[in-house]
Amino acid sequence: MVEFLNVIFSGISIGSVLLIAALGLAVVFGLMGVINMAHGELIMLGAYTTFVVQNVFKGLGSPLSETYIILAIPMAFLVTALVGLLLEKGVVRFLYGRPLETLLATWGVSLILQQFVRSVNWVLVIGITLFCLLFFGAWWVVSRRPDFDRIRNLFFTIMLPLSAAISAVVGVVLAQTYKLAVTQPWFGAQNVNVTAPKWLQGGLNIGDLRLPYTRLFIIFLTILCVAGIYYFFQRTAWGLRIRAVTQNRSMSSCLGIPTQKVDALTFALGSGLAGVAGCAISLLGSVGPNTGQNYIVDTFMVVVVGGVGKLVGSIVAALAIGTVSYIIGSNALAPLLSPIPPLADFFGFFATTSMAKVMVFALIIVFLQVRPAGLFPQKGRTVDA
Amino acid sequence: MVSVNKAIAFQPISPREILLQVSGINVYYGESHILRNVDITISNGQMVCLIGRNGVGKTTLLKTIMGLLKSRTGTISFAGESITGKSPDRRAKMGIGYVPQGREIIPRLTVEENLLLGFEALPKGRKGNEKISEEIFELFPVLKTMLWRMGGDLSGGQQQQLAIARALMAKPRLLVLDEPTEGIQPSIILEIEAAVRRIVQTTGISVLLVEQHLHFVRQADRYYAMQKGGIVASGATSELSQDVIQKFLAV
Repeated sequence: MVEFLNVIFSGISIGSVLLIAALGLAVVFGLMGVINMAHGELIMLGAYTTFVVQNVFKGLGSPLSETYIILAIPMAFLVTALVGLLLEKGVVRFLYGRPLETLLATWGVSLILQQFVRSVNWVLVIGITLFCLLFFGAWWVVSRRPDFDRIRNLFFTIMLPLSAAISAVVGVVLAQTYKLAVTQPWFGAQNVNVTAPKWLQGGLNIGDLRLPYTRLFIIFLTILCVAGIYYFFQRTAWGLRIRAVTQNRSMSSCLGIPTQKVDALTFALGSGLAGVAGCAISLLGSVGPNTGQNYIVDTFMVVVVGGVGKLVGSIVAALAIGTVSYIIGSNALAPLLSPIPPLADFFGFFATTSMAKVMVFALIIVFLQVRPAGLFPQKGRTVDA
Repeated sequence: MVSVNKAIAFQPISPREILLQVSGINVYYGESHILRNVDITISNGQMVCLIGRNGVGKTTLLKTIMGLLKSRTGTISFAGESITGKSPDRRAKMGIGYVPQGREIIPRLTVEENLLLGFEALPKGRKGNEKISEEIFELFPVLKTMLWRMGGDLSGGQQQQLAIARALMAKPRLLVLDEPTEGIQPSIILEIEAAVRRIVQTTGISVLLVEQHLHFVRQADRYYAMQKGGIVASGATSELSQDVIQKFLAV
C-alpha cells in the first residue's frame, strides 16, 4: 500500500514538474503553433530571476528573506513574459506560418540567451540599454515625420552604426575606468543555487512515506497555474479572443479582434508560464545557463503526446509520463516481476533515471505510431475546417 | 436591433448620404490581375446586389472591402473616412459586418461564444458584460435552442444564420453578405431571405449582397454586374431585364 502511494506521489511529483514546464509551450506551440526552441531558455531566465530575487531578499534579513518565493513567482512571470513579448515583436511575428524558419530563429535566440546569462555584466547591460534608447528613440522621433517612408533607408544607414558606435565607446570607457567592478559577469558560467526558504525545507511524513515540502509546493503551484489558465481562457474576454484567433485568424480579424495584439499577448502568456516553471525548478536543484536544454525535449514530448492544441492532453500526458518514468526508473515493478526472471532482469536494466528516459522515449515512439495525433486529437467535422 | 435603429428607417430617403465608396481599385493575386478599376457606391439604407458568374471576382471585391486583400491602386472610403490602409479589425469596428462565403464560424467555440464575438466590433471591443439581444433570437429562433452546441457541429443552414446573427451583434452600418444561400436547403433559404428582408426594413442598415438566386436579387435596390474582374453593368433591380439575367446569373 505504502509502495503504491509512493508510486502515485512520485509520479504526480515528476509529472507536475513536467507539466509546469510544458504549460507555457502548450500555449505557444499547442495553441499558436509556434515552435519555440527558446522555451527552455525562458524557463532558465525564470530560474535566474528567482535567484536574483532571493539575493535581494537576503539583504533584508530574516524573517522577511524567507518570503522571497512569494515575490519571485510573479517577478519570474513578468520578466519572462516581457522577454517573450520582445521575442514575438522582434522575431516570431515575421515568421508566422513558416515553422522551419521559426525553429531556426528561435534556436538561435536560445543560444543567444544562454550566452547572455553567462556573460551579462554592467557594461553589457548599459551598452544595450543605451543602444536601444538612442536607436529606437531616434526612430520614434523620425517616424513621426510625414516623409518617413522616403528617408527610411537613410535613417537606418546613419542611426544603426551611429548608436552602435556610441554604445560601444561608452562601454569601453566604462570598462577602462571602473575595471572589474563593471566587467565582472553577474552570474558567470557556473551554476547558481537557489535555496528553498526554511518553511519549504523538510517534508511531511505519512507512515513510512515522506513527502518533501518543495515537491508539494510545486504540485500546488502547478494546480494553481492550470486553474488560472483555464479561468483565463474560458471566462475572460481576452481568453475568448485568443481561442477565436487560434482557430480562424482571418475571420477573427473581420469580427473586429486585433489579431496582432492577441498574438503578442498569447506569446507573452506562454513565456510568462515558462518563467513560473523556472521558479519552480530552481527549488529542485542548482540552475545554470544550460538548464533550459534539459527541459526543452521533455516539454515538446508532453505537448506532442497530449495532442497539439489540447490543454487537457498536456495535463494527462505529463502525469502519465511522470508516473511511467518513476515506475521504470525506481524498478517499482520488481516485486511483481520476480517470478519471471528474464522480465525482472529486463526492467532491472532500465532502473536508472537516464535509462528510464530511454525506455520512455521508446514507449512514446511506439505510442505515436498507434496514435499520431496524441492522446486527445481534435475531433469532429471541424478538424479540417 | 429594432428599437435602437428604428429612427433611421423613418428618415427621409433622399438625398441619401454615401456610405461606402469604392473607386478605381485594382487587386492582384500574385501577378494575375483580378479586379480591374472597380467602382461601386452604396448609400445609407440601400441594399445593393453584386451579380456575375463564378470566378469573376465578386468574393475578391468583398474581401478587398473588408481589408483581407490589399488593392494595388484605388481608394475605399467608408462613412466619409478613407479606410484604404486600415486592417480588417479596424474596418469591423467602424461598422462593417461581414458574413463570408462558407460562413467561417469559429468551430470549437459554442454558438453563444460565437455570438459574443460579434460584440468585438463595438468601437472599444467586447467588455464582457454585453447581453445578446432578444431581437437576434426573434430573427433566428433556432439559435436560442443551440447556445451550448459547438459552432462547428451545426448544419450549414444553422451556421449561416449564426454567421448573419454574429455580424449583426454590434449593429453595423453596412452588412456584407457573400452568397448567404449557397449550398443550403430551400426551406432555410426562405428563412434567411425573410430575415435579411426584415433586417433591412426594421434597421435601415445598408447591405452589400453577392447572390445567385434571382428572387433574392430582386429584393435589392440596385445591382452591379461583374465580368472578368470589372463592373460591366449597373442599375436599379426593377429594371433588371431578362437579357442581363441571362448574361450574369448562373441560372
